[in-house]
Amino acid sequence: MVLAADPLFDAGVDGRVLVVVLLKVGVAFALLLVAVMLMIWFERKLIGDMQNRIGPAVAGPWGILQTLADGIKLFFKEDLLPDQADRTVFRLAPYLSLVPAFLTFAIVPIGGNFTDGADGTVSLLGRRTLLQVADPPVGILLFLALSSIAVYGVMLAGWSSGSKYPLLGSVRATAQMISYEAALGLSIASVFLVSGTLSTSGIVAGQATWNWNVAATGVVPFLVFVVAGTAELNRPPFDLVEAEQELVGGFHTEYSSIRFALFYLAEFMNMITMSAIAVTLFLGGPNGPILIDGIAWMWPILWFFLKVLAFLFTFVWLRATLPRFRYDQLMDLGWKVLIPVSLGWFLLIAALNVARDRGWPVIVVVAVGMLALLAGSALLSGAIAKAGSAERPAVGSDDREGLHS
Amino acid sequence: MDATVFIVAATIIMGGAIGVVLSRNPVHAALFLVGTLFGVAVLFVLQDATFLAAVQVIVYAGAIVILFLFVIMLLGVDRAEDLGVEPIAGQRPLAAVIGASMVGLLLTVLLVAVDGPTGKSATTAPLGDAGGNTRRLGEALFTDYVFAVELTALLLTVAVVGAVVLSRRVTGPLQPIPGPDPRSEQSGDTPDGADRAEEEAAQ
Repeated sequence: MVLAADPLFDAGVDGRVLVVVLLKVGVAFALLLVAVMLMIWFERKLIGDMQNRIGPAVAGPWGILQTLADGIKLFFKEDLLPDQADRTVFRLAPYLSLVPAFLTFAIVPIGGNFTDGADGTVSLLGRRTLLQVADPPVGILLFLALSSIAVYGVMLAGWSSGSKYPLLGSVRATAQMISYEAALGLSIASVFLVSGTLSTSGIVAGQATWNWNVAATGVVPFLVFVVAGTAELNRPPFDLVEAEQELVGGFHTEYSSIRFALFYLAEFMNMITMSAIAVTLFLGGPNGPILIDGIAWMWPILWFFLKVLAFLFTFVWLRATLPRFRYDQLMDLGWKVLIPVSLGWFLLIAALNVARDRGWPVIVVVAVGMLALLAGSALLSGAIAKAGSAERPAVGSDDREGLHS
Repeated sequence: MDATVFIVAATIIMGGAIGVVLSRNPVHAALFLVGTLFGVAVLFVLQDATFLAAVQVIVYAGAIVILFLFVIMLLGVDRAEDLGVEPIAGQRPLAAVIGASMVGLLLTVLLVAVDGPTGKSATTAPLGDAGGNTRRLGEALFTDYVFAVELTALLLTVAVVGAVVLSRRVTGPLQPIPGPDPRSEQSGDTPDGADRAEEEAAQ
């Protein structure tokens, strides 16, 4: 079996390799848990600042232990099980949400020097290894697979509660996550075309010399990824999955105590993982200038965390700024804007790749490609407008041609 | 190592398959099906077909079974079915016959055609470097089998267009959604059209 491209396994598996693997797993696990704890505090504090109030301020210095206090409180609360609930599935659902959130982080390279032909490995206990838990050959496809598993957690939580508001919330959530997964996958496909590899370490190594994919793919896939990623996370402004005014609390209305805490944990962990994946795919991962040679090994890790932090700040900023989308607006944005745009851009990048291989003039290819995309989008929007006017005629009016919604 | 992984994966696959058949609740059956699909993905990894393993999870577990569940939830058939009613006459004897012949076929293959399970991979070595599997698969699909791929794409497009045409056939101007006034239901000339308007509003 080819488990990974990590040089750690080249000389077979012995005791020391096992220790290195366990160490990496343990560090990733602890890192994620602490990061979630700090992230929840960071979000509440930042939202507080943006809304001109103080935020958590009691537990620990600057309220930094607030999450810990909340966690302990939740842990000791009564675990409720609704009468109408499907017991097995009700108990299973939080874990289906949490486990993919943990596993996805395994493929993210959080450090290692990739510049000047270095392969990004570091020395741990005398063994060369990549600073990521796993580097499977399918790489980023694992992220797509796990994010499709995470849908089950939300969907089954709502269904198994045996109550109507959670069911409505979970139906909304599932529709939203499936719709936006398509746009997410298409924007990632553009990265494959530029990088020529699926492996995360390969994608990061391809961005070593400041040629980050955000520029190499022409910004559009990055923007699509950020919007679709926000929707995939059910974060504001796409949080109508848990719209309190309409659905009580959404899919986790009936959950209490530690099971609710698990959903909460998974939500914030997904946010951190999504930011890390976005940094890996588009912003060069741990690549960055090494400013002080003495601690050269630390700079990639530092750059990685700074980039992730910038993403996390943006998520909080969006939440404090934007009002919630309406459901039809959400579906329109996903199906009629993001998917066609990312698909068209994907075709354009593919055409450019062919042009480079065949030696065609790039300017001509870009011009022809752009014209084709414009013609395609005009056709599409024309068809959408026509379908819209055929669907919703004014009451008592036979003149359907003149109406456009 | 390979044999152990195979036995564990095969147990998961068989357990899931039996669960699908024996579950009275459709949602539970769908969840067992996910277990089976995961077991098959593990077998793909065991055969060094990592790309197929990922696609198996993304397409089957991530899209198809989710769609099953979606339909089950929206139609509200997530209760145990009454097994006393046979929806299609002669369905069960026919199923028994076909099932028995499938078992016979598999047993024949197992006992006659093969010398017995070897526990070895179908391929003797991985295809080239780590990324080679995906690359080879892509090359084969878009050179030797490009005609089949294009035909499948066409078939899927026809299926999508057909589904849209069947589900959204507009015959004449649609009626507005009936309000709380009970008279509007009686006076509504096409209840079918009103239903459709409701459906579209829901979408």
